[in-house]
Amino acid sequence: MEYKAFQKIFYKVNRINKATCVLQSHMASYDEMAVVHGRLAQVVKIIGNNVTLQVFSGTDGIPTNAEVMFTGNPPLLKVSTELAGRFFNAYGKPIDGGPEVEGENRPLGGPTVNPTQRKRPSELIPTGIAGIDLNNTIVTGQKIPFFADPEQPYNQVMADVALRAKADRIILGGIGLTHDDYLFYKNVFENAGALDRIVSFINTTEDPSIERLLIPDMALTAAEYFAIDRNEKVLVLLTDVALYCDALSIVSNNMDQISSKDNMPASLYSDLARLYEKAVQFPQGGSITIIAVTTLSGGDITHAIPDNTGYITEGQLFLRRDSEIGKTIVDPFRSLSRLKQLVIGKKTREDHPQVMNAAVRLYSDAANARTKQENGFDLSDYDKRCLRYAKEYSEKLLAIDVNIDIDKMLDTSWELFGRYFKKEEVSIKEELMNKYWNDKS
Amino acid sequence: MIATATKTGKVTGIIANLVTIASQDPVAQNEICYIHVGEERLLGEVIKIVHHDIFVQCFESTRGMKVGNMVEFTGEMLEITLGPGMLSKIYDGLQSDLKKFDSLFIERGQHSAALDAESLWHFKPLAKKGDIVQASDWLGEVLENAVKHRILVPFKVSGKFIIESIVEEGEYRIDDVIAVLVNSDSHKLEINMVQKWPIKRPIKFYSEKMRPFAMLETGVRVIDTLIPLAEGGTGFIPGPFGTGKTVLQHAIAKQATADVIIYAACGERANEIVDVFTEFPELYDPHTGRKLMERTIIIANTSNMPVAAREASVYTAMTIAEYYRSMGLKVLILADSTSRWAQALREMSNRLEELPGPDAFPMDLTAVIANFYARAGYVTLHNGESGSITFLGTVSPSGGNLKEPVTEATKKAARCFYALSQRRADQKRYPAVDPTESYSKYLEYPEMQSYLHEHISTRWIQQVTKARDLLIRGREFRDQINILGDDGVPLDYHVQFWKAEVIDFIILQQDAFDAVDAMTPIERQRYMLELVLQISNMDFKFGSFEEVSGYFKRIINVLKQLNYTEFKSDEFESKNKELKKIINEKRIS
Repeated sequence: MEYKAFQKIFYKVNRINKATCVLQSHMASYDEMAVVHGRLAQVVKIIGNNVTLQVFSGTDGIPTNAEVMFTGNPPLLKVSTELAGRFFNAYGKPIDGGPEVEGENRPLGGPTVNPTQRKRPSELIPTGIAGIDLNNTIVTGQKIPFFADPEQPYNQVMADVALRAKADRIILGGIGLTHDDYLFYKNVFENAGALDRIVSFINTTEDPSIERLLIPDMALTAAEYFAIDRNEKVLVLLTDVALYCDALSIVSNNMDQISSKDNMPASLYSDLARLYEKAVQFPQGGSITIIAVTTLSGGDITHAIPDNTGYITEGQLFLRRDSEIGKTIVDPFRSLSRLKQLVIGKKTREDHPQVMNAAVRLYSDAANARTKQENGFDLSDYDKRCLRYAKEYSEKLLAIDVNIDIDKMLDTSWELFGRYFKKEEVSIKEELMNKYWNDKS
Repeated sequence: MIATATKTGKVTGIIANLVTIASQDPVAQNEICYIHVGEERLLGEVIKIVHHDIFVQCFESTRGMKVGNMVEFTGEMLEITLGPGMLSKIYDGLQSDLKKFDSLFIERGQHSAALDAESLWHFKPLAKKGDIVQASDWLGEVLENAVKHRILVPFKVSGKFIIESIVEEGEYRIDDVIAVLVNSDSHKLEINMVQKWPIKRPIKFYSEKMRPFAMLETGVRVIDTLIPLAEGGTGFIPGPFGTGKTVLQHAIAKQATADVIIYAACGERANEIVDVFTEFPELYDPHTGRKLMERTIIIANTSNMPVAAREASVYTAMTIAEYYRSMGLKVLILADSTSRWAQALREMSNRLEELPGPDAFPMDLTAVIANFYARAGYVTLHNGESGSITFLGTVSPSGGNLKEPVTEATKKAARCFYALSQRRADQKRYPAVDPTESYSKYLEYPEMQSYLHEHISTRWIQQVTKARDLLIRGREFRDQINILGDDGVPLDYHVQFWKAEVIDFIILQQDAFDAVDAMTPIERQRYMLELVLQISNMDFKFGSFEEVSGYFKRIINVLKQLNYTEFKSDEFESKNKELKKIINEKRIS
């Protein structure tokens, strides 16, 4: 972000705390950017002549007689095709040693797309991972997070998804990414020869936490440019949105706001919706798909962050370690893609919906059998078959290292049904049964 | 509205969408104002007044607003426009017609007319010269899609008037004068087909509000059979995310027997609205054979639209419903989700620095929700006709906790409770309505009971109670089996458990995405319930518990195929025969 200073005035700074400072001015307009003591800040509150500025890089060292400049503009990003292949910080400044990007200034956090100008998403995004494609199919224009505990390999899965997704453009918003993970993404993209398709906005854990508030807006403003102006299929990766929420709560706390559940600001739902609702399918072909990561603490999805997220996003993907096969799987019970109904059985083979449901139901019977086993009860023949089925299902389909196409996933499911079950135990519509039932295996 | 612009003020402070304004002019609570930011005029509503400080919630983004910006007060409350042409429209929370905007984005300060000024309507008078009329009386009607849209004496008209003249049958625009009324003071009123009404004020021009007595058919078995919704009744669906609230609401919107459906998406996902307006114009109303969109109005306040408009959107939906009810029509409002509206209230309350109630919600939350639900109901109009508003709202309890304030407050106001269970959703048992925790108070109403006797069967209530009891007992048997182990319990426990599973799989579960199974007419529901109960009344002979589950799975499988098959078709009958065959294998009469 570069701003032409048109007003350079020294103000008396009255109050300073960790994230904000208050000064006297009658010039400020709401939401505009200012430069305080050389640092970027944004107007977040005006009461009479008292203007509260949120200072992105923190307030340490800001004196009471700081030099302050109001820019008259909301936060901006320069957009053009020159963004491609580049790495930027939270302010849109290059961090890869390359030159500044030339282009048109776009305000961050722009207006809402008119719902009647949207198109119903209908194009599936194949990832090769059966836990996603078979059970929780992702569609262009969808927004879906991974809910994962910090130790799970969500960044690896995201990188796989991004590279296999056949998107025209991938935009990575790294929110409080560790430096190691930043290098991981950089390497993976470089090795895949995909760097020219990728734009990255990175805030690492080494950077000030309030700066994180800018990352998603930067990524999404760039995404809107590529999806609308260039008609591209854009995939936005945001990791980790929980850290964005933490930054929100720091600011709200510094502004003495009453917090609601889990010390999060009362506006958390609106704040997150503003980001995720940028996911869209346009009739002209351009689209924005958002895949995010929200880390959980101890798998608790009732915490305000995953809870509000779940109500906004179109489903969620859960990663879980399956100790029996020693691999990470996409949990079929707790994961959900709300938009899968738009494509399964329509863009994929007709048996997809029923096969998916039957497979998960049998997997759930296996979970019950396991509980019985753990409680020391005898298992019935059906229970034993369920357990054997579950192990193979987990290994051949749910594991995240699976990379096959959807027809193969369906064939594999039928193969497992035929191997372990009788027709009536699988309970699928008869006409499909007649066509696909496979008891040779 | 005549823009006199005599009352003005100046912006003194901005926190997100809360704007404080100083004004020396008289200003009313809930008055509407326009805040001038550059060329744009942003809509706001007065929500608190302290001396000369006026607190306004702005319905649009306040970016770029400055202290000293000019404000113009209108002297009106937030009103919407009522008249023919609302059906099939997609409005935002403040009733702008979204299809009239041609830009990709909704730009700030952009509004559009709710009705089409140029459309011609075929008006037929229902009243004649010399008739004495009052507010809400029917002057005539036009045909709006398939709905008889009555042209009413405007609600704002006070006292009795005589019709001095009324136009003849013919084509008119909404702004054309169709009648002239005069009262005893010789005060004359020219009436056209449009009127305005403030959304926060209930429209109460009816002679009586009655207890609901008739069932509102939805085609969803678990609702109609076990937990029926009444016409003019209220209900709510709380459920954690992913338990299928939206799919259930869409199913009801498609299938319910109502003349007008108002779908209020309040702070919800834009793609869900896209779903409705993509699908409904293609689908047919199963009762009239006309396109579904023809009877539907969508109020689209997506979650990324300004928060204040979210609160307005549910009131806009209710006011439109009350208008259609005054025409003697059956209206159904589906609001998804009322929690977002409560959260909008919380955000404002928080910015106003009010003392918070539970979970930081405003103290008057319970009262606000109760007052809102009370606007639904079955009414008799002055002319003896009747109309109804049935209200079904979803609640999104935070963390899936049904003890949170919005769920608690709604539970006190609504008469039907459809609890969606995470456990059922995890097992993919959709719709995930929990049959034991959910209830319908209407089943206890004697007037409803006699309606069911008359319209379904004299044994219906008895059968429904029986099915419910079997489900509860099935759950108890399941728990016993889980505690004691498969062979630690008598064989009969397994049989009882599986009989409950038959009811669960065949009556409760329903495939909303299957063309046949998605909607079950009440006649078919009666048939299926009877069939399933017959099976639970039978005695079977089994050698071992393993035989029990295998056998009932076969029964469930055939019954499921039955649900997927056209009612009473040849295939249906042949499946039925197959079922009889399986039953006879083990049955000891």
